[in-house]
Amino acid sequence: MPAHRAPTTQRSPDEKAGLGRHVASRRRFLGYLIAAPTLVVAAELTRESLWGPSEASAASIPSGPQTPELYDLLDALRDAARPTANLIRIEVNRDGTVSFALPRSDNGQGIITSTQMIIAEEMGLEVDQVKVTLADARPELLFNQLTGGSSTTFTTYTPIRVAAALAHGQLLKAAAAELGQDVAVLTSRSGVITGASGRSLPFSALTEKAANQVTEQVEVTLKPKEDFRIIGKSQNKTDARAIVTGKKTFATDLQIPDALPTVICRAPDLNGYPEDVDNIDEVRSMPGVTDVEMVGTGVAVRAKTFGQAIDGVNALRVQWAAGTVAGENDESVLAQVKKAELPLAVPAAGGATVEGAFTFYFRSNSSLETNCAIADVRSDRAEVWGPMKNPIAAQAEIAKKVGLPSSAVTVHVTEGGGSFGRKLFFDAALESAEVSKKMGKPVKLMWTRADDSRQGRVHPLATTRIRASVAADSVLSFELRHTSVATEVNPGLGEPISAAAFKTPVIGNLSLSESIFELTQVTPYNFGVSTRLLNEVDMGFNTSSMRNIYSPDVATARELMVDQIAAKMGKDPYEFRMEFFKNDRMRAVLEKVAEEGDWGRSMKKGTAQGLGFHTEYKGVAACLVEIDCRPETVNRRIRQGVTGPRVTKVTYAVDVGLVINPRGIEAQMMGGINDALAMTLTSSLHLDDGHFVEASWDNYFYTRQWNTPPEMNIIVMDSTADEPGGVGEFGVAATCGAIACAYARATGKLPEYFPINHKDPLPFEPYPTVPPIPPSPTNGLETTY
Amino acid sequence: MPTQTFKLNGKSVTVDTDDDVRLLWVIRDLLGVTGPKYGCGINVCKACTSHINGKAFNPCSVRVCDVKPDDEVTTIEGLADGDELHPMQQAWIDRDVAQCGYCQPGQIMAAVAKVKQCQAEGRDLDEDAIEEIRNICRCGTYNRIREAIKAGAENM
Ligand code: FES
Ligand code: FES
Repeated sequence: MPAHRAPTTQRSPDEKAGLGRHVASRRRFLGYLIAAPTLVVAAELTRESLWGPSEASAASIPSGPQTPELYDLLDALRDAARPTANLIRIEVNRDGTVSFALPRSDNGQGIITSTQMIIAEEMGLEVDQVKVTLADARPELLFNQLTGGSSTTFTTYTPIRVAAALAHGQLLKAAAAELGQDVAVLTSRSGVITGASGRSLPFSALTEKAANQVTEQVEVTLKPKEDFRIIGKSQNKTDARAIVTGKKTFATDLQIPDALPTVICRAPDLNGYPEDVDNIDEVRSMPGVTDVEMVGTGVAVRAKTFGQAIDGVNALRVQWAAGTVAGENDESVLAQVKKAELPLAVPAAGGATVEGAFTFYFRSNSSLETNCAIADVRSDRAEVWGPMKNPIAAQAEIAKKVGLPSSAVTVHVTEGGGSFGRKLFFDAALESAEVSKKMGKPVKLMWTRADDSRQGRVHPLATTRIRASVAADSVLSFELRHTSVATEVNPGLGEPISAAAFKTPVIGNLSLSESIFELTQVTPYNFGVSTRLLNEVDMGFNTSSMRNIYSPDVATARELMVDQIAAKMGKDPYEFRMEFFKNDRMRAVLEKVAEEGDWGRSMKKGTAQGLGFHTEYKGVAACLVEIDCRPETVNRRIRQGVTGPRVTKVTYAVDVGLVINPRGIEAQMMGGINDALAMTLTSSLHLDDGHFVEASWDNYFYTRQWNTPPEMNIIVMDSTADEPGGVGEFGVAATCGAIACAYARATGKLPEYFPINHKDPLPFEPYPTVPPIPPSPTNGLETTY
Repeated sequence: MPTQTFKLNGKSVTVDTDDDVRLLWVIRDLLGVTGPKYGCGINVCKACTSHINGKAFNPCSVRVCDVKPDDEVTTIEGLADGDELHPMQQAWIDRDVAQCGYCQPGQIMAAVAKVKQCQAEGRDLDEDAIEEIRNICRCGTYNRIREAIKAGAENM
């Protein structure tokens, strides 16, 4: 870890105005030439000389700014990634293409495309000349193979550029020698280097000549931003054609010899486990079934088809042990969370009190691709395939589970069908290895939708309480207390955070989750004494983040209270925010949405506008929504669907720092906005008698076409920043805040819990928990169109 | 074991499997055609949407024995005409619709069928028609899907 000193220089105006922007000059970087028959380079980052000390300082954090304004989660993840980032390599192939194995996981967020863009930019290539794949687990990368916290581009941007610039420099040198000309007169475009004479050489002809005999360190200068021709321009996803033709391969599409479909029969209770099976042999002889074995989490059935494995599962008669939350329900869990709420201090300053308390129920982060993995475990080695955001931790855990050394376990990262936080964990990979070992055969393990929904990870139930003391023209204090069922933090995410602990004075004594809370949450308004505290209760749930852990809920509560405070002062919600924001970068995005979305236009009774704002990931975002809460809209009928209030229009402005791919950023915001609709209005899990009731998408009402806003306008702000911030989760929080505020204004009621339909009568008949999987219908030919 | 025969993407196929195995598993697990995805198995998520005799259907909810030898089943793999993409596929690329892509084979097959249905019934392909599409996209690409359907329909 680099040593961190107190800043000796004045903070730049840019940093005073915004959040943690780094002003970079054309610093020199160090790279490695690797001994190889063709050109191979790696990025070496000796931290101090290249990045400068972190802006955070153990000596002098001023009392005003909150931790994330100086040093946030992205900094922590990047700093943790630094010592090992030198191990990422770029190779120039004999066919002239360039290869890079990205030590990250792509679940649709488009990081393969943006990485291709970054390399193409630095090497003068076209985007499709760069081949980016996902790296297998590489334990030597330590923390640097974790995809989480919207950190990928921020952490890898510079190291990848350094390697690419070095490779390009070596190719130019080799061409200069070959052509007998000075490097300065050469031009390089699309993988062809052309000399003053007009003679040209393709990369393919140069890679062997540019190769190094020995591994050595060299200095590199990066391309100046003004010369960018790819970064900052919209680029479609490079796997689009594979996707629309059905060729993109997900884990369960892989054809691994003899890896037959396998499904686990799971307990009626959350985390219940099997004690005995009454009819194991009977099920073993069912059609298509090859193996049935009891494992830790249930009874595994392997068959020729998934359908037959499911039939086997449903035929099993199992004696189950009680689960980890046996007998509990929403209200009993909420009561325990409320007991753990930290007190709001009595404001010393006086003034009128504005208070609010909000409950956020459990929500499912199940992606459309359910948890899945393929495993082939032998006596001396194991091979596992799956969509994993944290393959190093997976490799270690799998090795432990099957009793092999880590070095005997190969973990292949497949492209995932969505993650949203769930694939930080590798529940299916671990199970698949256990099952494969027990059966002595390769297995293709897939969780059914019911498993994924009922036993899969959830976004925790939480409460947020806020108390503000308000004088005539100012807010004297703003206290926020977030209390939550504990969020399991993946071991791989924990390490960089703990490593960051000694960099900020506040973090030292906090738990891991408290650290993440402290590293990510900012109250962006000048509200006098502002405190934000987290308390968590560990209650035996399987939790994880869902496009962020705390921010969407905290932002919902905060923005609702901001509207309340504004009302108390008799101010317009927009004017109020503009007045109390901490800096102009925040004002710019809000001003943008107000302008583009026509803030303050006259709205019909039962409809309203609402504003939300959020800052995180080195960026700022503002949202303006319009909502329709009129009975004719709320009561629309859709078979097996939920309607309710409709968000009719969303205007979203986001400043994420340096923009790599505007179209990719827009896509991520769009996804986040649709998530926010679900989180605020329609979708939650209900805990009843120790299990979650929802078993499929006709129970769990994620946003559908009939919910999504007919009008959506996303504005990616131009930025002068030198580095990109985070994108993947950034559409959610500001939108949640805006929807909540619009709903409160349209109905005149301040909602007390989310989603707002959580306590409505269930609009479905719950599926039984035994047998665990709803059987497939047979009438599919009656619903053709 | 019973023999099952139907046409898949233009070719007649025959498999030996029990009558009540759902067509999705026959296509994916036995024939190795993996474009149609599993997302629920109960005709809800629509990730497996394919065509039977030109109409959208969900093979997770059809027994293989209910498909006859001359029934034409088309999955996403059979939508393009060789290398020539279907206009809907092209619109999907042009609008950069896909994120993870898991739902998209089903979305495209549903979109093509919805457009044809509207054309056959002389209906406008308006917001109401598009909102009849039930396919889930957990990545939340709905708004680009809307644009792409309209663009694709213009060339159909
Ligand atoms: S898998 Fe067929 S509709 Fe969901
Ligand atoms: S693109 Fe991921 S589910 Fe639709």
